Amino acid sequence: MPVFFSQRQFVVPGELLAEGNYVAGSNVYRVGNMFFSSSVGLAELKDRTVTVIALSGCYIPRPADLVIGEIVEVSMASWMVDINSPYQAILFASEFLSKPLNPLKEDPRRYLDVGDMVIAKVLNFDRTRNPSLTAREKGLGKITKGIVVEIDVTKIPRVIGRRGSMVSMLKKETGCEIIVGQNGRIWISGKTREDEMIVMEAIKKIEREAHTSGLTDRVRELILKMKKSQGG
Amino acid sequence: MLSSAPTKLISDDGRRADGRRLDQLREIKMEVSTLKNADGSAYVAYGKTRVMVAVYGPRELHPKHLALPDRAILRCRYHMAPFSVEVRKSPAPSRREIELSKVIREALEPAVFTELYPRTSIDVFIEVLQADGSTRCASITAASLALADAGVAMRDLVAAVAVGKVEGKLVLDVMDVEDKYGEADLPVAMMPSKKAVTLIQMDGQLTFEEFKEAFNLAVKGCNQVYDLQKEALRRHFAPKIEELEGGMSSG
Repeated sequence: MPVFFSQRQFVVPGELLAEGNYVAGSNVYRVGNMFFSSSVGLAELKDRTVTVIALSGCYIPRPADLVIGEIVEVSMASWMVDINSPYQAILFASEFLSKPLNPLKEDPRRYLDVGDMVIAKVLNFDRTRNPSLTAREKGLGKITKGIVVEIDVTKIPRVIGRRGSMVSMLKKETGCEIIVGQNGRIWISGKTREDEMIVMEAIKKIEREAHTSGLTDRVRELILKMKKSQGG
Repeated sequence: MLSSAPTKLISDDGRRADGRRLDQLREIKMEVSTLKNADGSAYVAYGKTRVMVAVYGPRELHPKHLALPDRAILRCRYHMAPFSVEVRKSPAPSRREIELSKVIREALEPAVFTELYPRTSIDVFIEVLQADGSTRCASITAASLALADAGVAMRDLVAAVAVGKVEGKLVLDVMDVEDKYGEADLPVAMMPSKKAVTLIQMDGQLTFEEFKEAFNLAVKGCNQVYDLQKEALRRHFAPKIEELEGGMSSG
């Protein structure tokens, strides 16, 4: 049962990855017992699963993903939310408010209007219907402060880092609150706008240099340098 | 000035009008991600034929009634810039361009996993900047690179090349004069690692034997183009990869 790649090797669509008793992971398709890449990315074999880590692509929602969305439409008892994906999400009033919303008595725009941003979780999505969101958990809901930056979806794992190492470093060094949406949007809230700008610059650097070594240390250096120049 | 018909397209020592051997491709240039605002893009040049492609999507489809419940629709626009040919071409889509848009779409569609993106559209915009024969082949080659750059799931890249018959001889990668004054033209697009043909057309006449030979020559050409495509993608993405391996180990 041969494997035709070394771990984390660069592959292109159509490349034969393995033959035999394996399982096709993401960005991999099988024909008979042959496994091919369907995307530009890095091939990986874990247990018996062949996967390709994509290097480009759009955000496809998955249940339980944390996302940051922008309200684009208000209906009677729901909102349509742009989540930076081919599929617009729907946020029902019942999934946003703790009490039911009576559209006869209340205007849903009182709670969320077009242009507002929300932090939410994907409830369900099966590609036949638009994804639905929930904001009825701790930490979710309307964004009232801070800034949101948008980066390439495929770079999000780098912003989070290994077991959250990058994002926790960013939080520690700047004292900002940071929430990373799986859809490529990141919410930053600090004591001052300057602090937020530092995090934004750091994230832009991570996006630019997503695949360079020792990135966490260099980002830390950048933050210290920016803090210093602000203080002085 | 329109050039008049050349007296000889193939010299006695088997060289073509531009000095190539019969089974030699023109100099092929490929570049991925050339347009910042597109989701995926590519630039491909087969000699003097130059093509730029932008891919948008998968994205929400408008008008919505065109959406398919079980897969994405692929939309293609092949367009020749007014300055791409010797005598200014009207920028309005001609009958030929509309037909080529359809033909290119059908050459790309078998490669794309449209069923992964139901109800969306994937839009491919092909702009021929300079036309010197084989524009449809260069377009297909560039479009599949742009799709890969956009991260659209694909079975394989699509590589395309045309074989022609000129003065009784089969030639690879037909250029404009050979197309105009030659006896036949056979564009072939294929998914090389699948050994599947996605487009084959023929203009002019070939005997069955000639056809078989021409087809084999086209397959050979497609494989060469395919290697260049893989290399172009690697050039764009791979510098980041080598560093990534180091980056992962040091956290």
